[in-house]
This record gives sequence, C-alpha cells and structure tokens, in this order.
Amino acid sequence: MDPQSLIRRSDFEWWIEPTGQMRVPGIIYAGQQLIEGMDEKVREQLANVATLPGIQRAAYAMPDAHWGYGFPIGGVAAFDPDEGGVISAGGVGFDISCGVRTLHTALKSDQLESCKTELAEALFQSVPAGVGSTGAIKLSEHEMDEMLCGGAQWAISRGYGKPEDLERTEEKGRAVDAKPECVSHEAKKRQAREMGTLGSGNHYLEIQRVAQLFDLVTAAAFGLRENDIVVSIHCGSRGLGHQVGTDYLKAMVVEGYLPIPDRELACAPIHSELGQRYLGAMRAATNCALANRQIITHLVRSAFAEIVPAADLTLLYDVSHNTCKIERHSVDGAARELFVHRKGATRSFGPGNPDLPPSLQTVGQPVLIGGTMGTESYVLVGMAEGEKLAFSSACHGAGRSMSRTQATKLWRGRELVDELRKRGVLIRTRSYRGVAEEAPGAYKDVGAVAEAAEQTKLARRVARLVPLVCIKG
Amino acid sequence: MHSTTPATSDGDSKMGWEHFAHGSDIGVRGFGPLLETAFEQAALALTAVVSDVSSVEQVESVEVRCDAPDTELLLVSWLNSVIYEMAVRGMLFSKFGIVLSGCSLVGRLTGEQVDPDRHQLAVEAKGATVTSLKVARGQDGQWVAQCVIDV
Repeated sequence: MDPQSLIRRSDFEWWIEPTGQMRVPGIIYAGQQLIEGMDEKVREQLANVATLPGIQRAAYAMPDAHWGYGFPIGGVAAFDPDEGGVISAGGVGFDISCGVRTLHTALKSDQLESCKTELAEALFQSVPAGVGSTGAIKLSEHEMDEMLCGGAQWAISRGYGKPEDLERTEEKGRAVDAKPECVSHEAKKRQAREMGTLGSGNHYLEIQRVAQLFDLVTAAAFGLRENDIVVSIHCGSRGLGHQVGTDYLKAMVVEGYLPIPDRELACAPIHSELGQRYLGAMRAATNCALANRQIITHLVRSAFAEIVPAADLTLLYDVSHNTCKIERHSVDGAARELFVHRKGATRSFGPGNPDLPPSLQTVGQPVLIGGTMGTESYVLVGMAEGEKLAFSSACHGAGRSMSRTQATKLWRGRELVDELRKRGVLIRTRSYRGVAEEAPGAYKDVGAVAEAAEQTKLARRVARLVPLVCIKG
Repeated sequence: MHSTTPATSDGDSKMGWEHFAHGSDIGVRGFGPLLETAFEQAALALTAVVSDVSSVEQVESVEVRCDAPDTELLLVSWLNSVIYEMAVRGMLFSKFGIVLSGCSLVGRLTGEQVDPDRHQLAVEAKGATVTSLKVARGQDGQWVAQCVIDV
C-alpha cells in the first residue's frame, strides 16, 4: 500500500478520512514498512466497512492486516444496535472463534530434550490433525446441542479438563445466548466426527520454549520464565463453524442488508430476525471452538502425563480471534454496549477491565500471537491505551507474504521438515504438500508485527516463544 | 495469475481450470465453452486446492442439487455443495457433471474415499466465498466461473 494514499497522524497511525458513504474514518495502526507491505485491498475494505450503519468511532486495521472477505483480516469494527448497527458473517469469518490457547507445562527446556521425540510422536498419535482427520468423540443430537450451549464448560463437565481452566478462557469458556436451533442440520452433520481435531492449514499444536522475556514484571505475573516449556494450540470451530459461516453468508447476501454494491459486505441489522439468528448460531459455533480447544487440551495433558509425569499443564490463556462480542466501551464519553467484530484480531483488555479474571486484573489480558513452525510466536499483554485506540484490540499473527501456489514452487515439504529438524524443530505431519504451503518463508515477519503492536500501544510484548515440536494441521 | 495446469483442447473449444492468489487463501477459476463446463472445471480447481486431482480415482458417485437467486451465487452454492460432500463423506472428487436449469443445478460428483498417504492432502476447504466472484462469458465466447475459497 502506498503510504501517500493515507493521512499520517503519527509514525504508527494512518487515517483514511471519511468520503462518500463512509460514516467514520478508517484507521490503520502500523509502521511505514508494514504499511508499504500491506495489500491495497486493506484500504479499500476498511473504507467499505466504514460505510456500515451504526459503526462507532472508526473502522480499524491492526498491524498484520491483509485482504479478507468484506472486512480485512486484522479488522476491528464496533456497532451500536440502537443506531441501526449491523452484524456481518464476513466480519467474523468462516472459522468462527478460531483462536490460540497456551499452556504452561512446569517443565524447563533441559527436561524436554530426552523425551522430545517421544512426546512429538505421542501428540501426533493422540491429537487428530490434518484434512479429514476425525476424533474419537461422537455426539448424539442431544449432546451436540448441549456442547453448542456449553462450550468449554460442557467439555469440562464431561471430564475434558479442569474447572480452573475456565477462569483463563475468554467468557469463562462459554458464549451465552447460543442457539443450537439456529445451526443447520448440515453444520451439525459436518461436526459429527470432528470434535477434538486440529484441522489443517495454519492450525497447529506446538511445544515451545520461552526464548526471550521483554517485560519481566508481566512475565512473572503470567508465570513465564526463560526456558520454560509451554504448549500452544491454534484451531477453531471446525466443520460446524465453517458451515455456519457458509449458511449465513448466503442468507445475508440473499435476505440481508447490502449498504454498497459489494456482496462481501452483506450483513444484517443486529435487531433484525436474521441478525438474531446469526448471533445465536455464531455463539453456538464459538462454543464449539471453545469445547474443541478444551478437548485437545485434555488429549495433550494425557500425552504429557504418559511420557513426562513431572509435567503439570495449566492454562495461561485462551483467546479467540474471529469473533463478535458484546462489550461495554466508551464512545464520546458515554459507556455504550457495542457489538465488536474482530476478524483476525485479538481482544486485548488492559489492566482493570472488569471482564478479566481476578488473577489478571492488575496486569491485563494475555494476547497470544501465533507464528510459523520455523519462526516464533509471541505473548503480549493488553494495555490501557488500547481501549481508546481500537476498542482494546490487537493483532493475531503474521499473515502470508505469498500464495500457497507460490510456496509449493519454492519449497518441498520433506526438505523443510529435514531442515527444521536440524534446527531443533520436530515437525509431525500427514502431508508434505501441506508443510510446503505453510513454509515459514511464506509468512511475513511476526516479530515486526508484535513490535508494531507495542509501538502503537495496542499491546506490549511480554515473551517470545520458539517452536520445538510442531504437530501441523 | 498462474495456471496450475494447462487448459485441455477439445477441437476449437478450450476448457480448464487454474488457481489465482488471494491473501491467505486461494482463488479457483474454471473456464469452458459452456457455463456447465466452467462450473465443472471450477470444481476440479477446488479439488486441486486439497489434493492432486490426478491422484483421485473415480470409484463412486454422489448427486447434489442446489439453487440460488442468480448464476454467480449458484457457483458459490455449487462449490459449497462439493465442500460439504467432501467433508461429511470423507471423499475427494475428480469428475464433475452438471445439468443446469435456470438458477438451479443437479450435479454428479465422482471420486473416492480419502487416503491421506496417497492423496497428500494439503489443506481443507472451509467454504466458497463471494470474494472475486465472477461468472461471465468473455469476448472469445468462453465462460469463466471463479471465486475465492477460504482455507
């Protein structure tokens, strides 16, 4: 993107002034280099989002923003239902409530060396990963509806986890007001064999080492020390979420509201019947994602218990980055209840936010930014400044720098796996083509994205994590 | 734009498929002398997102029906029907035949059960989107049917 096409408000804040049908400005948070590397489509899509009814303050793009579906990925927009505000299936995405959870293990890196290969194998065998993988859990129709209402709370009631996991999961592991009756039969059928599965593409399960601390005080509050071993899980609502996205994108295109002639931006007023149906289905899909990550957590704990009995896996945090949540934010000095869309963006509450659990009240929310199997991931913390900047939101990952087709021309999966093994990273996969498409070199620099988040004061870096074992989805 | 497979020739009529780039995801494009052919080729491009089309044997068939308010949304519905059948049956398809009637179609998908080792599955298709959605006939008379697949 040409920085000249934007108005530079500071080194890290770039504006698209409202013109035409735009109701609010578009604001991109990033340094000049990231702006220059951004797709032109981000500007176009952000300006389009700014035309939607009921939008508050601005349409925002995070430092990792890239071309998405109607909304840019890395896009944030909040709507007031009493001002005609809308909800958009494209603004949430197909993989509803896709997110990352990170677990402590109580192990140091030297304790992992002797059992790393065995653990990699055990995790690869116990956590289904890749296209078409199926889980051992089969749910009846009634159980499916219970899961869709209960999320991670349901999973824990079934023995997949510990009650204390819920305190460290957004919304205590359960999206309220989910409506399984608004989820199609097709969506439920698609999920029938997929509970407790990782999926494919950029999804992963990693054993990681805490390689660097940036903020020692917050790291201590999060329980992170150098050379700690942690486990991160990146996945979402699987087939059910994908089908809910498919069903409601079509419904919104056919019956919904189209503010400008761009079908990608199809949406529905929050107060409409369609908007309410989508909200009910989206929350059910959110619970599916929360239950899924909770079940995978249980499978990971079981594998660790078998190989390294000294391990104790406790949850650092679970964040979703494809969501629409009801939150209270201040607009023009007044507290308002808004529907905040975050598409490829992470909620990042700063210290003192009443929705944070007591153990995080004084520090702020952990923000988990996923990287690639060959580079690094980051733990950040929400900052108080983020509330005014972008409704307490931050980035979620690096984003691709090249297409999948280009990546398969540049890399061979087998060679990548060998190369990473030599660098101390064990990859387990069922598809070498999948590995080539997900080559670390096909992604932008996640370190630059994390640094930009800190420079913009959206979130502050706490720790850098490097992969040791990656079960590739 | 880069063609992942050469178009095949059928007399003067060409038909084929290709992928095109989209940020994190992937676009599928089918083309042919008839609208039906373009839809069928777009479905082949969809299979190629997941696996090598030539590795998928034609063992069993599935029938799907879909409709939409217009031809472009019919392409999205068609590809989403293929994605759905792939997901719930655990199958891949390498041959597609459709009969169009206005904005409705009946499709026949032929393929086989997934074999992860043999098919080297790259990535699963989550859904067909309305992004870069286009169904049109060019000046050369060729039909083009395309959209982006979220993977």
